[in-house]
Amino acid sequence: MAKVWRVFFLLLRLLAVAATLCAVVIMATSHDSTTVFGITLEAKFQHTPALVFFVVANGIAFIYSLIVLFIPSTSLLSRSIIVFDVILAMLLTAAIAAAGAMAQLGKKGNSHAGWFPICDRVPNFCDHVMGAMICGCVAVITFLLIVLYDIHQVLSPKFP
Amino acid sequence: MADENGKQTETESRPWHQTVTLLLVSLRLAALVATSTAAGLMAFNKETKTVTVAVVGTNPILQSFTAAFQQTPAFVYFVLANAIASLYNLLAMLLRPCLKNRGRQVLVHLLDMVVFALVVTGAAAAASMAELGKNGNKYARWNPICDRFEAFCIRGGVALVAAFIGAVLLLLMNALSVVGLTCKNVTSNNN
Repeated sequence: MAKVWRVFFLLLRLLAVAATLCAVVIMATSHDSTTVFGITLEAKFQHTPALVFFVVANGIAFIYSLIVLFIPSTSLLSRSIIVFDVILAMLLTAAIAAAGAMAQLGKKGNSHAGWFPICDRVPNFCDHVMGAMICGCVAVITFLLIVLYDIHQVLSPKFP
Repeated sequence: MADENGKQTETESRPWHQTVTLLLVSLRLAALVATSTAAGLMAFNKETKTVTVAVVGTNPILQSFTAAFQQTPAFVYFVLANAIASLYNLLAMLLRPCLKNRGRQVLVHLLDMVVFALVVTGAAAAASMAELGKNGNKYARWNPICDRFEAFCIRGGVALVAAFIGAVLLLLMNALSVVGLTCKNVTSNNN
């Protein structure tokens, strides 16, 4: 029974690695341009700080998840990993919240501020952002499950 | 021998346990104040400006522009998240006598994490909107609005700072309650 939990936990960590990597790659390759009245309008993720934050946060989470895969689960270091797990889970939730706010604005615009939606003009960019956010959501859920497992380990240390 | 050791461990951990409990209560109170300030400030954030758009003869035609928090879904979520967080903190403080059971304390800790995630996401979404309102996005032809609606931006900024302070306090509270739960683990083993 304990072995099943161990394997499940390892799979969760691998899923976290994959999801964060996907989010970074898909967002980093989002690029689209359109020509309106002879002016070329480019849409890149670097233009929006919230999307840059999303890429950076998922990048940090990816590197962290890779490193954590190689740490043995019974050493003293594994206790401090719980702290980092919580911090990174919250960082990822903040990143996806910020990217979500920007994505909603890009899709619907804000008529009160005179901000027009851009997704009808650069659909490729919007599709990429949507894909990256789906990967980011999966990463957030995975990290939250990892945090729950960590709390369970902390509360019942007899449980191997 | 075992009895003595058990008793000694209990009395040793009691002042430590009391410090942790006191810290938890004060952190929760501070977080309550911070999140309710953030929710209240943003909920009453509204500014109207009337400008003259045209002059017909000698009569100026006025048009009023309003900036309110309801116009931006991120701000609506911000108000809701902080309101839920402050209500939850208030309930958790009022219902403390009912929560001596260990199972209930674990439930409160889990709900604490959920509420912390709510506040963090609300603050993050509102911060990205606030940054856009302040700096605009010249690539998407979105002009900044803070130069025209200064009071709206300042109030929103203060609410955002209060929410971030509340989020930090909630994080400290979460970390401390894990410590408190493991302390209880040690003492409850001796009971």
